[in-house]
Amino acid sequence: MSRTVVVVGSSIGGVRAAQALRSEGFDGRVVLVGEEAQAPYDKPPLSKQFLAGEWDADRTLLLSEEAAERAGIELRLGVAATRLDVAGRQVLLADGSRLDYDAVVIATGAAARPSPWRPGSGVHVVRTLQDSQALQADLQHDGPVVVVGGGFIGAEVAGTARGLGREVTVVDPLPTPIGRVVGPEIGRYFTELHHRHGVSTRFGVGVEEITGSAGDLRVRLTDGTELPAGTVVVGIGAVPNDGWLADSGVPIDNGVLCDEYSRAVDAPDVYAIGDVARWFHPGHREHVRVEHWTNAVEQGMCAAHNITHPDDLRSYRPVEYVWSDQYDWKAQIVGRPTRGTRHELVGDLAGEKPRAAALYTDDTGRLCGAVTVNWPKALAQSRRLVTEGATFDDAMARVSALPPPAARPAPVPAAGGRP
Amino acid sequence: MPVLKADFGACQGYANCVDAAPDVYDIDDDGVVVLLKEEISDEERPRIEEAARSCPVSALMIEDA
Repeated sequence: MSRTVVVVGSSIGGVRAAQALRSEGFDGRVVLVGEEAQAPYDKPPLSKQFLAGEWDADRTLLLSEEAAERAGIELRLGVAATRLDVAGRQVLLADGSRLDYDAVVIATGAAARPSPWRPGSGVHVVRTLQDSQALQADLQHDGPVVVVGGGFIGAEVAGTARGLGREVTVVDPLPTPIGRVVGPEIGRYFTELHHRHGVSTRFGVGVEEITGSAGDLRVRLTDGTELPAGTVVVGIGAVPNDGWLADSGVPIDNGVLCDEYSRAVDAPDVYAIGDVARWFHPGHREHVRVEHWTNAVEQGMCAAHNITHPDDLRSYRPVEYVWSDQYDWKAQIVGRPTRGTRHELVGDLAGEKPRAAALYTDDTGRLCGAVTVNWPKALAQSRRLVTEGATFDDAMARVSALPPPAARPAPVPAAGGRP
Repeated sequence: MPVLKADFGACQGYANCVDAAPDVYDIDDDGVVVLLKEEISDEERPRIEEAARSCPVSALMIEDA
């Protein structure tokens, strides 16, 4: 009898998991359930190209109806999953229907942490296409923009708003917000990046209260100062969408608790991937939850493999990788830089469009992470070296030996390029 | 034989392809993808397909010759 896999969640992790089931040779039924009614779309452009108005929604499309049909993926969009019945092997949907499954992949992602400040209007988060559209509309108005949260989303939105001509201030209670990911020293370069592009920062200060309404907001900080704003964007992290599993018996602890194969603990044939999964990473010897695009893709593929080939289970032990495009920086981060005890810089991070790599090592003398700026070749090299468990000294020698990039030619269509 | 294609103008140097299939994809000093092969076998197609789908800007394609 044909088996059925139900994938719950139609963002990048869910879509790639469904496609990977076919690549892996799964020949049963694949159903992709999504809460949002529109075709599956990709989220990274929502704080950048889409928000800036450079891309339309079509360019964020992940899976068209035709592509889904060709791949034999049944779409159930515009209907949220409301319950998981593990004993009965069913996913219950908001419209009252039930989907039987032989295996289920939980890929419901994470939601923007809601703003704790609730003025009349004018406060945005950026997570969904709708969020980005609403913010885009407000950014057309002239008023100053205050971004609360200096992490990746906050920094990218600040850069986009600045590019649209807005006056922008970023507020964060940490003295160097990106330092959470890259350490305080390299983090300071990210702060300078804001300043170089005319964006003000108020770091080390919290938000006390936001009052007013769209076009006429006041953001009062914990040091008593008040920032006027037309629009406020709150980017203070994300929370896993695991509430719908509360009574399922699937263990939840800041995400779905999984084993090293991405299988939910004590819930047979339940897998979780991406932002909503908290799995045992055999390399790190601890449970981790990772909110990066690449992780959702790779874990989805690994789960698809494990569902299709139960006799050849693969443990999921990725090297972390995330990028962030801010102003004229393409920042790429691999491994766990903040687990390092020291770092060294190859190249220089100062000035316009710099090119550099910071390599990090811990007490073992191994390369534990790297941060590169405008230097994908060094990123690819570092990623391989972290994976191989290279020593810090070896990694420094190899990255230092990379040739300097020639100036990238002006973007005229090259052979095989975009027509 | 399946044929590899790349949109070199769209490539942003995210390098997921290099990590997933280093025998097929590389990245040059300017951060642009390099195809190390033009054709792949049907047997390796699933693995290369997944590597291509790990591209954040969908710059990699596999076409039937």
